[in-house]
Amino acid sequence: MGDTTNAQPLLQVENLRVEFPTRRGTLVAVDDISFHIDEGEVLGVVGESGAGKSLTGAAIIGLLEPPGRVASGQIIFDGARIDNIGYEKIRRLRGNQIAMIFQDPLTSLNPLITVGRQLTETIRTHVSVDERAARERAIELLNEVGIPAAERRVDQYPHQFSGGMRQRVVIALALAANPRLIIADEPTTALDVSIQAQIITLLKRLCKEHGTAVMLVTHDMGVIAETADRVAVMYAGRIVEVGPVQDVIRHAQHPYTHGLMNSIPVVRHDVEQLKQIDGAMPRLTDIPSGCAFNPRCPKVFEYCRDARPELVDVGATRAACWLYDDTRRAGDTT
Amino acid sequence: MNKNDVLVRLTGIGKDFDVSPPLLNRLMERQDKVLLKAVDNLSIDIPKGKTFSLVGESGCGKSTVARLTVGLYRPSRGSIVYDAIDMATLKTQAQIEPVRKRMQMIFQDPYASLNPRWRVSDIIAEPIRAHKLISGKSAIDQRVAELLVQVGLAAVDRVKFPHEFSGGQRQRIARALASQPEFLICDEPTSALDVSVQAQILNLMKELQRQFALTYLFISHDLAVVYHISDFVGVMYLGRLVEWSDKRTLFQRPWHPYTRMLLDAIPDIEMSGRQRIPVAGEVPNPIHPPSGCHFHPRCPYANDRCRNEVPAPIQKDESNVACHAVQEQRLPDVAVTGEPADVTTSG
Repeated sequence: MGDTTNAQPLLQVENLRVEFPTRRGTLVAVDDISFHIDEGEVLGVVGESGAGKSLTGAAIIGLLEPPGRVASGQIIFDGARIDNIGYEKIRRLRGNQIAMIFQDPLTSLNPLITVGRQLTETIRTHVSVDERAARERAIELLNEVGIPAAERRVDQYPHQFSGGMRQRVVIALALAANPRLIIADEPTTALDVSIQAQIITLLKRLCKEHGTAVMLVTHDMGVIAETADRVAVMYAGRIVEVGPVQDVIRHAQHPYTHGLMNSIPVVRHDVEQLKQIDGAMPRLTDIPSGCAFNPRCPKVFEYCRDARPELVDVGATRAACWLYDDTRRAGDTT
Repeated sequence: MNKNDVLVRLTGIGKDFDVSPPLLNRLMERQDKVLLKAVDNLSIDIPKGKTFSLVGESGCGKSTVARLTVGLYRPSRGSIVYDAIDMATLKTQAQIEPVRKRMQMIFQDPYASLNPRWRVSDIIAEPIRAHKLISGKSAIDQRVAELLVQVGLAAVDRVKFPHEFSGGQRQRIARALASQPEFLICDEPTSALDVSVQAQILNLMKELQRQFALTYLFISHDLAVVYHISDFVGVMYLGRLVEWSDKRTLFQRPWHPYTRMLLDAIPDIEMSGRQRIPVAGEVPNPIHPPSGCHFHPRCPYANDRCRNEVPAPIQKDESNVACHAVQEQRLPDVAVTGEPADVTTSG
């Protein structure tokens, strides 16, 4: 992809393909996608279940569950490839340079170890400090993520924290080594709305203060609208549209993004019927030929079934849709 | 509202769950019984052919209200009157059966209540057979086909298994409709679904409501969904109803500080650049709820009275609200006016 900005992006993903070999053939879950994240930028990755957004995140930090594997493509972090560097090196990178926040805070915390131990362990893995300094840093981190009485709570176990507080602890863990990129996979989905608002505000503040870049994976357009600078919309393993968040939300170019935005009910917005996209996301076993969205697309024409569209500049965003290829449209006879 | 229009009336219902340690431990440790008041003194009227929604955060008791209404739990206090029949007076199976038939529940997880080893035709036919609504195999088959078409599936789908569908909520709705109910209790029916499928299901539910004059009790934590589907909305906090009114009033002129907080926490999808101030704190443990008004530890307007005395609901403008600050007129009037900017895009 000819990205010709002067500054080198922090993360560059090129033609990434994630496959699952099965007895009945190979399933392609992420199909030849390219994108980048700049230093200090929040990139939202949005899509419905099965779009491949979480797998993309997992592939970047080498956490794909076998038999899933990166079949081709490159992942370049800070100028160096990280998709072929071996287990030990990627492990050192994780937590140190790239951290991960998962949906369910309980699964990322060890229930048998105090929050403080988990924090100091992480800190000492990545920074050479003694136990006391690490503990001080742990308390400092808990303070920073807004946990009251951090000096006391540092010695408590995860079950003594409520859901929102636990997610704060997970964020503190992610920040422990001052990473340059955080991959947050549905970080607010398990939380109530009022807590979700607190966590979004916190993430935004911390990223601004630390200059941390974030890849925010979520199905919730509202969270994206509140948080992201740019957004990539995924459908059936492909990026169908990518651009500045305002442009994608207000002037979506791809029919899928457009349909998705219109199918979301909005408070104080009276409509008798929501505009719906008929059908459902295809399964990996039978992804339609050509543009994967073509069976559900209201603007489909003959060519869409034959060839797969690539991302092209459309207005302020980039969209992968034949509608914006004048020669194809002109040649359409339907 | 006119008394005749009310299909379901809950009056002062409460539900306690015994969460005490086992008897022996309790005797040895000389502890009292521990009761969790999941629902506390809740009264609502659900008008015929309308949708009444309950919103609130997890643990506020909204699902318990749904289960009480459909009869899966017995209320500890209060009465449930269904179409002028007091449910507490129904003792025998023969008395309960005809009323039960008139209501159906739709749960959150579309798959959890569909037997994965049954074909869709058998799943949908089950309530028809159980309630002995139609007899004869061909008549039942015909009815199943009819129901499938009603929910937007094809009659030939009857031979499929649940996993062969994506989304899954349509079969549940078809099954729920099988006994021709007039009242549907929907507990988070779309929260396990993707947005594009959620839109399909919400549209279907509205369409069915128009077609069959159905009444819905709708439980959700998603305020945008609630705004879309409801006629009336009640807001619950730790087992109590804190505010209720018709939906436009509630969303445009909320009074209770908790309602205002919930509305403020909705992600701003229109990107109006609105600065929001997240309310600190979280929902307290319902086993030991705060005294007085349950919301007082998180409320910016709380005073001594709020800490000690449970507020009784009062009428405020078009709304019903249980808040001392509103009653004492300590709260500013916040009317959210104006339609939001049109998010519909060109293209």
